[in-house]
Amino acid sequence: MRTVYLFVYAFSFFLLTTLVFSSTAQEQHGFEGEKAIERGEEAEYDAGKMIIEHIIDAHEWHIMDIGQKHITVPLPVILIDEGKLYIFMSGKFHHGQNAYKGFSLETEGEYKGKIVRVKEGTLERDPEKALPLDFSITKTVFAIFVSVLIMIIVFVSVGNSYGKRKGKAPKGLQSFLEPLILFVRDDIAKAAIGEKYEKYLPFLLTIFFFILLNNLLGLVPLFPGGANVTGNIAVTGILALFTFLIIAFSGNKEYWKHIVNTPGVPWWLKFPLPLMPIIEIIGVFTKPFVLMIRLFANITAGHIIVLGFMSLIFIFGNMSPVAGYGVSIVSVAFAVFIGLLELLVAFIQAYVFTLLSALYFGMATEEHH
Amino acid sequence: MELIQPGIGLIFWMTLTFAFLLFILGKFAWPAITKGLKEREQSIHDALNAAEKAKEEMKKLQLDNEQLLRKAMDERDAILSDGRKVRDKTIAEAREKASEEANMIVEGAMERIENEKMGAIIDLKNQIATLSIEIAEKILKEELSHGKKQEELIKKLTEDIELN
Repeated sequence: MRTVYLFVYAFSFFLLTTLVFSSTAQEQHGFEGEKAIERGEEAEYDAGKMIIEHIIDAHEWHIMDIGQKHITVPLPVILIDEGKLYIFMSGKFHHGQNAYKGFSLETEGEYKGKIVRVKEGTLERDPEKALPLDFSITKTVFAIFVSVLIMIIVFVSVGNSYGKRKGKAPKGLQSFLEPLILFVRDDIAKAAIGEKYEKYLPFLLTIFFFILLNNLLGLVPLFPGGANVTGNIAVTGILALFTFLIIAFSGNKEYWKHIVNTPGVPWWLKFPLPLMPIIEIIGVFTKPFVLMIRLFANITAGHIIVLGFMSLIFIFGNMSPVAGYGVSIVSVAFAVFIGLLELLVAFIQAYVFTLLSALYFGMATEEHH
Repeated sequence: MELIQPGIGLIFWMTLTFAFLLFILGKFAWPAITKGLKEREQSIHDALNAAEKAKEEMKKLQLDNEQLLRKAMDERDAILSDGRKVRDKTIAEAREKASEEANMIVEGAMERIENEKMGAIIDLKNQIATLSIEIAEKILKEELSHGKKQEELIKKLTEDIELN
């Protein structure tokens, strides 16, 4: 029954997101295409560049281009350089065409997308100076803030409604989220950890909803959605790091003994060459590493495929407008299909990350008999 | 490839915000939610148990009721059979009494009839006697006028009367 609910959720999100996604993506690049035609340029449409620009972090939030005009949301830049703190809006760079306070945003080359020190009065990078420490509120950081804010508002209000409607049936948002909360509690935490699940439940619920929300927001093309948060390796890495730290701190004596001196293994696997301990210790690190890579790769791949289908329209459109229109039908259909698949992936990846974390916690706290 | 080379800023902010999220939700959301869920589950569990208990009690009560009913029915049957017995007895007694009375009445009537009869017979006998005396008177008167023959007739007649 619970799975049915989840599919209904997924499907309703699909209707809201993918359709909008396909139409706006088309619109956005339609303008670029027109722009190229208007100027009569032989501007080569670089699909790879466009796709990578969409999935990596940025100092400003690009919404769309209308003609020559970029519509972007400027974001705060916070730099620490030579012990000094600089805070200003990224709009000061004018999309890399201006230097500000001796800094500039590189648009090409090795340091593309990074803020660098420039030589006085130029836009050229000063190779003698080190890169400033960049603590800017980038697109991804901003999206993280938004999702954290949404989560706090939603779950604190849901928590309050549990207090208000004690012992009564859930209502509204509470009844929408309760199946998911119960799913995490019963099918993930209880199933994987066992009796001591309660200690880990807050963390598991937090990562599950954080990943799910960001996966879904990543599929929404409209501001403030569309940032590739869970497809960013720093984000997934930090989530995996939290899992790793919890495993490390909650591992009991049996767990460590199992790693250092695995029971039930022939002695010559441990002495003179400690093969098993080495493998087990590597395993301790590969577990969170794989968590990080899996989530990052799944979400990023989904974005690349959808953007790839969209790019096909403009690649064919550059050859001839008729081919562009013809391909657009197929491309949009495929993008919608992939979008549906991505909704499934959004849920599955949140589930897998949470389930594996729970399994590792269960392994670390298991009492051997 | 910036795709797999994240900046320090993002790592810093992600760590900070995620820790903040964990803290806030761990303090203000999850305990309330899990507690609410647990409480509700407990209350449902309790309610189910109570319902089961009530059902059992109901069953017991029903059993008691049935027993009571059976007892009452037995009692009723006893009362009814007693009543029937009493009635039968009463009827029998009444019948006996009635028949006795009737017998008495009949006997009385018979006696009276006998008496009347006897009275009538005596009356008749007396009348016959007077009549016979009158007849005898008349005959005697006649015979006396007719001589010896009438004397014999009277003799014969009186003999007849005596036979009667």
